Amino acid sequence: MNFLRVKLVDATLAALLTALLSIPILGTHIISEPGYIGLEWDGWKVFIAVALVFSVRLFQEQLRPLARVTHLMPDMAPALRFTQNRRLVMMLLLFVALIWPFFSSRGNVDIATLALIYIMMGLGLNIVVGFAGLLDLGYVAFYAVGAYSYALLSQYFGVSFWLALPLSGLFAASFGFILGFPVLRLRGDYLAIVTLGFGEIIRLVLNNWDSLTGGPDGIGSIAKPTLFGLEFSRQAGAGGIPFHEFMGIEYSGMYKVIFLYLLALALVVFALFVINRLIRMPVGRAWEALREDEIACRSLGLNPTNIKLSAFTLGATFAGFAGCFFAARQGFINPESFTFIESAIVLAIVVLGGMGSQVGVILAAIAMTVLPEIAREFDQFRMLIFGGVMVLMMIWRPEGLLPTKRPVMEMPHG
Amino acid sequence: MSGSEFILRLDGVHSHYGMIEALKGASLEVNRGEIVSLIGANGAGKSTLLMTTCGDPQASKGAIHYEGRDITSEPSHMIMRSGISVVPEGRRIFSALTVVENLQMGAFFADREQIEHDLAHIYTLFPRLKERQSQQGGTLSGGEQQMLAIGRALMARPKLLLLDEPSLGLAPLVIAQIFEIIQAIRDEGVTIFLVEQNAHRALQISDRGYVLENGEIVLQGKGSELLTNDEVKRAYLGG
Repeated sequence: MNFLRVKLVDATLAALLTALLSIPILGTHIISEPGYIGLEWDGWKVFIAVALVFSVRLFQEQLRPLARVTHLMPDMAPALRFTQNRRLVMMLLLFVALIWPFFSSRGNVDIATLALIYIMMGLGLNIVVGFAGLLDLGYVAFYAVGAYSYALLSQYFGVSFWLALPLSGLFAASFGFILGFPVLRLRGDYLAIVTLGFGEIIRLVLNNWDSLTGGPDGIGSIAKPTLFGLEFSRQAGAGGIPFHEFMGIEYSGMYKVIFLYLLALALVVFALFVINRLIRMPVGRAWEALREDEIACRSLGLNPTNIKLSAFTLGATFAGFAGCFFAARQGFINPESFTFIESAIVLAIVVLGGMGSQVGVILAAIAMTVLPEIAREFDQFRMLIFGGVMVLMMIWRPEGLLPTKRPVMEMPHG
Repeated sequence: MSGSEFILRLDGVHSHYGMIEALKGASLEVNRGEIVSLIGANGAGKSTLLMTTCGDPQASKGAIHYEGRDITSEPSHMIMRSGISVVPEGRRIFSALTVVENLQMGAFFADREQIEHDLAHIYTLFPRLKERQSQQGGTLSGGEQQMLAIGRALMARPKLLLLDEPSLGLAPLVIAQIFEIIQAIRDEGVTIFLVEQNAHRALQISDRGYVLENGEIVLQGKGSELLTNDEVKRAYLGG
């Protein structure tokens, strides 16, 4: 049958290609013995890969129904799109989030704090990518600006966390503004490339400006946040009072971890509140309109540059807050923490969550930070799994976990 | 009509897309309260003339006056805030936004009361839009989208409404409806400048008309005169 022959040829070609690609990668491994380094041929992995590609390619049609399991997956979207009791459920979730660290382990709370940092960044980038539709691949730059703002202010001027927090946001915002001005005339792909470059520039500057930033050695012993002046260390610094002494309780390292967690939670709630307000305001509507059709926006008297700039600057602000908190939590930062992969992860969070959907972003951020921790044993395969999940998501749910449900406002009609 | 009544005047306007000169010194006038149409073949530069009036692209030579003010080098978004509204070619509604949100976008700088008042007015002009107000723009039919685009432009309370091919891709019955509405809008005191390929329809409702060929105005006159003009008949009215 002609049809069968076509399929056979196709499968053989695919298998050949696989062989070509996998022989150098899978087929050999390096032997290093004292005085000798060489390659050893090991063919069975190549054989498995080739056989797998060949058979999948050949039985593509038969396998296709498997890819449609999405029908069997419960559609959780409506359940989460509660409208009736939305407020109540939100309150309940917040209550649980406030209470659980007191009954959990230190490690868990730590991971949750990390997740909250990513939620914060996801929410910020969601403004830029999800709402305004501007692809920003250098978001980590603003995170770095926020982190280094606090680290430097703390090191050189002894500025406290609480003063540095708004300042970090402000600095990140001004970087967003300065970058946005020349860059936002660009469209789509060009914008992505320039922002990518910007992210790298910031990292390289931090890495090489030894006299100011300490270069690759980073900045250490950054002051931890305090609670109304109460410190969370065993012994307070000059003139300070440790939290446990003030409360008259035993010292425990757990207090600090929980405090940081609650602080991150408060920041995220603040971000959610502000962003929710913004997207219901005209500026939020303008972001969406801009994403839809720039020419139409201009024909309505909107200035696209200003709208883009506002989205870019606001997005950067939240990255600045997240960065400041990150620096305070770690107590040590260096440029290693602000590589491109961070931008990629935050972007993945936004895309996985469903562009423009805030609940989706939160879920995706939790998944992206908690799952790798749970699957520690598969550490080596993390990027592989990550890639696989991305591919599957794009097949099953191209619009993300929870596609946007836009807030709809109706005018009262008399 | 005397020259002082014009709301829009183009004097020898040139316009370029890169190296290509799309307008080669076009001059025309639109008087207050008129419907003026600009007809011409594909690629004659009709849309370019309309968009140049909006400042996108800006005229490379010549002058554009609106209400006695020189707007030749004003940025596009400022022109669109000064009482000129445009319904761009291909409608360009926001397909993910609902009908009512699309309309609200038209009055971005207005306060809430004005928006409510104007929405009610738009709904009397286009009862269909009221029925569909919480539907997404992209789910509307072509005719409804055109109505939405016109409604959105009207939300800015224009004195001068520019329409680019409002009949494009619509069924004859719907076209008739749209042209009726255009007349109704004029009767409310909005001056209308219409760019159309559907020359017959356009000239029927127009007070005056201009014919554009290769970036130049080659003919002008009353709508009824152009309808009976032999040249126009041959070139644009199919005999």
